[in-house]
Amino acid sequence: MEVFLVNLITATFRVSTPILLAAIGETYSERAGILNLGIEGIMYFGAFIGFFVADKSGSLWTGLFVAIMSGVIAGLLMGLLTVTLGVNQHVSGLGITLLLTGLSLFGFRLVYGGRSTPPSIPSFQAVNPFGDIPILGTITQQYLLTYITFLVIVPLAWFILFKTRFGLNIRAVGENPEAVDAAGVNVYLVRYGVLAIGGGLMAAGGAFLSLAQLGAFTHGIIAGRGWVAIAIVIFGNWSPVKVMGGALIFGGTFALQLRLQAMGLQLPIPYETFLALPYVVTIIALVLAGRNASYPAALLKPYRRE
Amino acid sequence: MENNEKPRWRLVKTDNPPFWVKPLIPVLALIGTFILTSVLILLADANPFDAYYYFLFAPLENKVSLLEILVKSTPLMITGVAVTYAFATGYYNIGAEGQLYAGAIAATGIGMSMHGVPAIVALPLMIVGGFVAGMAWALIPALLKVKLAVDEVVTTLLMNSVMAYIVSAILNGPWRDPNSGWPQSPDIAPSAVFFKLIPRSRLNFGFILAIVLIIILWIVMTRTSFGLKMRAVGLGKPAAKFAGIKVNRTILTAALISGGIAGIAGVAEVAGIHFHLIGEISPGYGYTGVIIATLGSLNAFGVGLAAMFFGLVDTGAQTLSRALGVPVYLGEVTQATMLLVALGVLLLQRYRIRRM
Repeated sequence: MEVFLVNLITATFRVSTPILLAAIGETYSERAGILNLGIEGIMYFGAFIGFFVADKSGSLWTGLFVAIMSGVIAGLLMGLLTVTLGVNQHVSGLGITLLLTGLSLFGFRLVYGGRSTPPSIPSFQAVNPFGDIPILGTITQQYLLTYITFLVIVPLAWFILFKTRFGLNIRAVGENPEAVDAAGVNVYLVRYGVLAIGGGLMAAGGAFLSLAQLGAFTHGIIAGRGWVAIAIVIFGNWSPVKVMGGALIFGGTFALQLRLQAMGLQLPIPYETFLALPYVVTIIALVLAGRNASYPAALLKPYRRE
Repeated sequence: MENNEKPRWRLVKTDNPPFWVKPLIPVLALIGTFILTSVLILLADANPFDAYYYFLFAPLENKVSLLEILVKSTPLMITGVAVTYAFATGYYNIGAEGQLYAGAIAATGIGMSMHGVPAIVALPLMIVGGFVAGMAWALIPALLKVKLAVDEVVTTLLMNSVMAYIVSAILNGPWRDPNSGWPQSPDIAPSAVFFKLIPRSRLNFGFILAIVLIIILWIVMTRTSFGLKMRAVGLGKPAAKFAGIKVNRTILTAALISGGIAGIAGVAEVAGIHFHLIGEISPGYGYTGVIIATLGSLNAFGVGLAAMFFGLVDTGAQTLSRALGVPVYLGEVTQATMLLVALGVLLLQRYRIRRM
C-alpha cells in the first residue's frame, strides 16, 4: 500500500506537468479576455516540433526551445485573428487547433514516413536531489521541467498577474478594455503579449510529453489534454495557484488510472472506465465550480478602438 | 489629427460594401489558401501546379472519383447542418464528434439485431435510434448550460474524449467480433445496410439523407417561427428575452436537434460505408462540421456547398498522395487554412480602403 501511494504521488506530479503548463498559458490569455481554443493544437504542434528538432539536432533542450518558439508564433497567429481582425474566438481557436494538428501529422509523415513502429529518442532523465532517502527520494525523483513548472512557472504567473503593473494591465484588459485604453495602455499589445506567453507555455506542455514522458511522438499524444487544461482554468477561477490544484486533481486521477492498469488487476469493469475517469472528474469539478466561476468580464469580446 | 499629415491609404469602416466585394470573398480565400499551402507542397518536393491538378481537378475528371466526392461530403454535410443549428442559436456545440459516435453505436446496436427484419422497418429504426442517441449525449452539456451555466464549449469537448473511450470499451468488450483481429463489432444485418444509389459505387442513401437534412435546415431557418427564435437568441440573449422568447428552452431545443443530427451522421457512416462499428468511423467530421458551418455562414445552401468542396479536398488529397507522394494530411491542413483565411477575408466586406 505504501509503495502504491508513493508511486501514485510521484506519477501525479509527472502527469500534471504538461496540463499545468498549458493551463497556466491559458490563464494568462483568458485573464486578458481571450479564450484560446488553439491550446490542443499548440500542444500537439509543440510535441511534434520538439520531437523533430531534438531528433535532428541531437539536443533535447534545442527541441524544447524551438517548440516554445513555435508556440509563441501560434499565439501571435491567434492574436492576428482575434485581436487585430476581431474574429470569433471559438472558431479561430478551433481553426488553429485543426491547422496545427494537420501540420504536425503532415510533417511527421513527411519526415518519418508511415512506419509501423514510431521512432523514439533518448528522453530527458529525471533528477534525483534527495538520493536514496526512502519515500522522499522517490517522490522528488522528477524531471527538471516538472520542478521548473511547479516551483518557477506557477509562482511567477501569480507574481506577474497580481504583483506587477503588467499583470494589472492584463487583468484590467480582461475586465474593462475601454477604461484601460483610456488610461493609455495599449490593449492590443497586452493581448498579443499574453497570447505569445500562453502559446509558448502550451507548446512547452506538449513538448514535455514527447521529450520527457514518452521520448516519442504518437498520433494520440495530446488526447484532449488541452481541453482538460481549459476546464482546469475555469475550475481554478483564473488563479495560478488554484489552477495548480486543479491540475493535481486531474493528474492524480490520471496517475491512479495508470497505476491500476500497471497492476494488471482483473476487474469486472473495462479498463477504459479508468481512462475516461479523469475527463469525467474534470466535468464534475467544472460543475461544482460553475456557480462560483467569475469569468473575466471581457472574455470572448473583441476590442475595437473607434 | 495634424494638418501637415500627408494623405495616405487607410481602412475605413463601411456598412455598404460595393457590389463586387461579396463574390470576390471566396475567390480571395481560395487564392490565399493555395498560396499558403503550396509551401507545404514544395516541402514535399512536388511541383505546386502539378499538385493542384491532382488535388482539385483530377478528381472531377472521372465518374468513380466524382461519386467519391459525394460520398465524402455526406458526413460533412450532416455534421455541418448539426453544428449550424447550435451555432445559429449562439450555443457552441463542439461535441458533434462525440454525438456522431453515439449515433454510430445506436445504429450498430439496432442494425445487428435486424436480421430478418425488412429494410423499410430497419432503416427508420436506425435513423431514429441514432438521432435519439446523439440527442441523449448532447443532453448532458445542454442541461449543464441552461440549468447551471456551465460553459458548453469545454463540456462538449471533454465529452468527445469520454465517448472515444466508451467506443473503445464496447469494441474491446461486449461487441468485439471474434473473427476479426481488430477491435470491431460484427456486421449489421443486410437489411439494415443503406441501399446504393449507383451500383458498384460507395454512394448510398446517406447522401439523400444529407440533402434532405439541408433542405429541412433551410425550411426551419427561413420559414418557421422556431428558426426565427433561434436566430434571435443567437443575435443576443437579452434582446430575445425582451421580445418574449424563452431563451433557455430555445437553446436546449437547438442543442438537442444539433446532437441528434450529428448522431444521424454516425448512422450514415455505419449503415452506408463501414457496416460495423470501428474506432475510426470519423477522422474528425464533428470538428470539420464547425468549419463547414462557419464557411457556409450558417446558411443551409452555404453548408451544402462548403461540404461538397471539402469532399473534393478530401478526395483530391488522396489522389495527390497516390500520384506525387504528398502526405494525405495536406487535405486537413488545407481545410483549416481555408477557414482561417476566410475568417480574415470576410472582414473585407466591412472595410473599404480610402485615401484620406
